Amino acid sequence: MISLIPRKDIPLALTVMTPIIAIALTLIVGAIIFATLGYDPLRALYQFFIAPVSRPDQIGDLFVKACPLIIIASGLVFCYRANVWNIGAEGQLILGAVFAGYVALTFPGLPGWAMMPLMVIAGMIGGLLWAMIPALLKTRFNTNEILVSLMLTYVAALLIDWIVRGPWRDPMSFGFPLTKMYEDAALISRIELPGIGYLGQLHWGVVGALLLAVGAWFVLSRMLVGFQVKVMGAAPRAGRFAGFSPSFVTVMVLGISGAAAGVAGMVEVSANIGQLQPDISFGYGFTAIIVAFLARLNPLAVIGAGLVVALAELGGDSAQIALGMPKVVTGVFKGILLFMLLAGETFNRFHVEIRLPKSAATKVSAGQN
Amino acid sequence: MEQLILTVILTSVPLIFAASGELIAERSGVLNLGVEGMMLMGAVSAFAIAMGTGSPILGMFAGAFAGALTAGIFAFFALGLATNQVATGLALTIFGTGLSGLIGAPLVGHAIDGLPQIHIPLLADIPILGMLLFQHDIMVYLAVIMVGLCAWVLNATRVGLIIRAVGDNHDSAHALGYSVLGVRLLAVMFGGMMAGLGGAYLPLVLTPHWAEGMTAGRGWIALALVVFASWRPWRVLGGALVFGGITIMQLAGQARGWTIPSQFLSMLPYLATIIVLVLIARNREFALANSPACLGRIFHAGK
Repeated sequence: MISLIPRKDIPLALTVMTPIIAIALTLIVGAIIFATLGYDPLRALYQFFIAPVSRPDQIGDLFVKACPLIIIASGLVFCYRANVWNIGAEGQLILGAVFAGYVALTFPGLPGWAMMPLMVIAGMIGGLLWAMIPALLKTRFNTNEILVSLMLTYVAALLIDWIVRGPWRDPMSFGFPLTKMYEDAALISRIELPGIGYLGQLHWGVVGALLLAVGAWFVLSRMLVGFQVKVMGAAPRAGRFAGFSPSFVTVMVLGISGAAAGVAGMVEVSANIGQLQPDISFGYGFTAIIVAFLARLNPLAVIGAGLVVALAELGGDSAQIALGMPKVVTGVFKGILLFMLLAGETFNRFHVEIRLPKSAATKVSAGQN
Repeated sequence: MEQLILTVILTSVPLIFAASGELIAERSGVLNLGVEGMMLMGAVSAFAIAMGTGSPILGMFAGAFAGALTAGIFAFFALGLATNQVATGLALTIFGTGLSGLIGAPLVGHAIDGLPQIHIPLLADIPILGMLLFQHDIMVYLAVIMVGLCAWVLNATRVGLIIRAVGDNHDSAHALGYSVLGVRLLAVMFGGMMAGLGGAYLPLVLTPHWAEGMTAGRGWIALALVVFASWRPWRVLGGALVFGGITIMQLAGQARGWTIPSQFLSMLPYLATIIVLVLIARNREFALANSPACLGRIFHAGK
């Protein structure tokens, strides 16, 4: 029998330790699974979590990998705080990339100062519009936003596939499903650090991602809209009495997270790919869900959480090359990590007692009261 | 034409299994979004066992077992530790997708003999109807039987009454002395077993090989089907056939060289899901008539 007794107050140490313990447990469970499947667990863990950051320039690449995750998770935090379950960030990312790509490909002559802001805005609009579909269907018809946003992800993936194979395909691409390369003004450049030079692929989009996370924290913790989001999530009845509109909050949080995902798509293409192609994201929209939870829905913590999860992503590549593991194995880590984080949430809110005999159980809880 | 209808029936089988299993779990008040992950675990286990033993029937049992076991993970967290059901279900799908890919990596590229068709004597010889209804593999019949079983248990037995009581008002059910978590555990495990069977059908019949993520969103469509069926088992059967039809329409359209780009045809099942969800949700009375009142709500006895 597991019995849960609510805690009156949560010790601060517990709040901080929960994600750390969750990560440690994930490593242990992951090692056990690897050993069961016949892989050397220590070599696997080394390839996953040490090898990807064993050179300074790889630190830069870690930030690059974390960049879309931080951007998307900063938006998702708003949704999940408000108890709105947007799990279609992947599709919103794709639409953001397509809208930004439209600007880059249709107006290649724009000067740099106009190109970048326009592409960012276009990316935001693309992601926002895609997120408005589940938002409006939910507020108007009470349709489940989980299923709608997820179904739209499949639709978005097919949409970009058609775009790059059909109307926007570069005639000079020898039949490959690629658009024209973006002009230089539409590309995000790498950061040249004084005295060091380039650090891996580290680019200016990373700086933007960090600023965005800080901005999200400010809005959520210091502004009225952030307060509305939190109240509607934690105590919707109280929120209604306070005059907050549930529909408004739903539309707003989906809009924020959609726009953020759209920007992530724009940045990903402009910084790392340079043109549109059928696959522009490696499931960042889904992975960012875990980042948001690892950060315990705090936008500032999203930065650290994004780096941790990005490490596992890069680790997947290195384990694939060194050990021949399939790429999906990162999913095992991500799944376990999310389980552990959710369990940690319970250990935060409740005093968990695990006992076997039933008679003893009643005695202990009676003694506590 | 008969061939087309036949393919529609076969395509709908994984959806029938997964959706009716999830329906039972949801009627007990648990929303398990891990259907896709459980289906994939069922698929990879079924394929591995069928390949290892040469027996697709054993593969089928392996799929059911793996699905139930995967559901057990969900139950441990969502029921035992009262974690958020939506997020736990997502974790299960992410985990199941990854683990099935890891287990299945050495299996890629191999092929197996699928489940044989069973010709029911006499009935199978009826023109057209015999071919459509009485010449299938065992899992097609099993799917229909399971839907019937779910409907009967839910609506006509004491067990069904308890499941519904737990799903509609867990506090009252608890006060009456029923073990809310025990009932939900069994319902979730049953849902996992059915999702495992649905997943197993893919490598055992539809495409006799294993591929990473081969369910391609069927688990999510099954979740939508439960809403579509407004939590009534027999409606799952009709809904699954509709979705099977839409999937096949897309393939048939591609084969006949329709001028619509293939990507748009491939969107049909997903768009249809959205449209159906809207139509169902618009009609509130219909949508909520059988909707379990405690769906997704956390229960712990201590409060």
